Amino acid sequence: MARVVVNVPAEAKKGEVIEIRTLAGHPMETGFRRTQLGELIPRDIIRTLVCTYNGVEIFRADLHPAVAANPLITFHTVATESGTLEFRWTGDNGFSATQSATIKVV
Amino acid sequence: MKRRAFLLLGVAGVAHAQLPPNIQEIRKQALDEAIRKVVGEAQVRPGRVKIDVPPLIDNGNTVPLAVEVESPMTQADHVKAVHTFPERNPQPSVPPVPLGPRAGKARVATRAGIADTGAVTPIAQMSDGSFWSESVRVIVTLSACLEDGLI
Repeated sequence: MARVVVNVPAEAKKGEVIEIRTLAGHPMETGFRRTQLGELIPRDIIRTLVCTYNGVEIFRADLHPAVAANPLITFHTVATESGTLEFRWTGDNGFSATQSATIKVV
Repeated sequence: MKRRAFLLLGVAGVAHAQLPPNIQEIRKQALDEAIRKVVGEAQVRPGRVKIDVPPLIDNGNTVPLAVEVESPMTQADHVKAVHTFPERNPQPSVPPVPLGPRAGKARVATRAGIADTGAVTPIAQMSDGSFWSESVRVIVTLSACLEDGLI
């Protein structure tokens, strides 16, 4: 299981725009590099990150070889209600990781 | 064949093997094509988009990159997607990041790999169908993607 970290504010006012930061441990091998023997290193990247807020999808990103290793992705959303945010990363070679965070909206 | 002519031929041959003479043209075409694919016939206007990227990059493998778009992010007027085009990357078109009114604020940040000195062009697609962009020139000293650097 890959190491993933998400940073979601524990508490927010209703309607407030909150910043969410996510980080996944992954080499993000681009498929353009070669070994010292000149062989192409096959691509191995995370393909998508999906974030749902109480079951509703709020953010989705298709990742790309141009995203650096250990992809850090920061985005925003409106805090509507208390609940959980689920994050799911999927990638090449069957890579899959999930993480969740709870938020209290006052 | 005279010796001098033969040598010149050799030099020209090596240079030709390394890169096509119109490489600038080819790169520009690839970038234009990638952008055209996204925007279609629409006009891309400068403004509203702000990209936050260091102008001098020591290591192109990990470049902090943030794109922010001026928009109220309401149902009627919001940013639909943010596209980014790093000019000299092997694949100059990065898949768009879709956004919507739910985001509250049109700002996304990540760390990217940038292959070489050139322009980085974010393009924002608005809900009314218009496109806005900004272009920033960055200098990369250590190239990403290819250890030896691009030609």
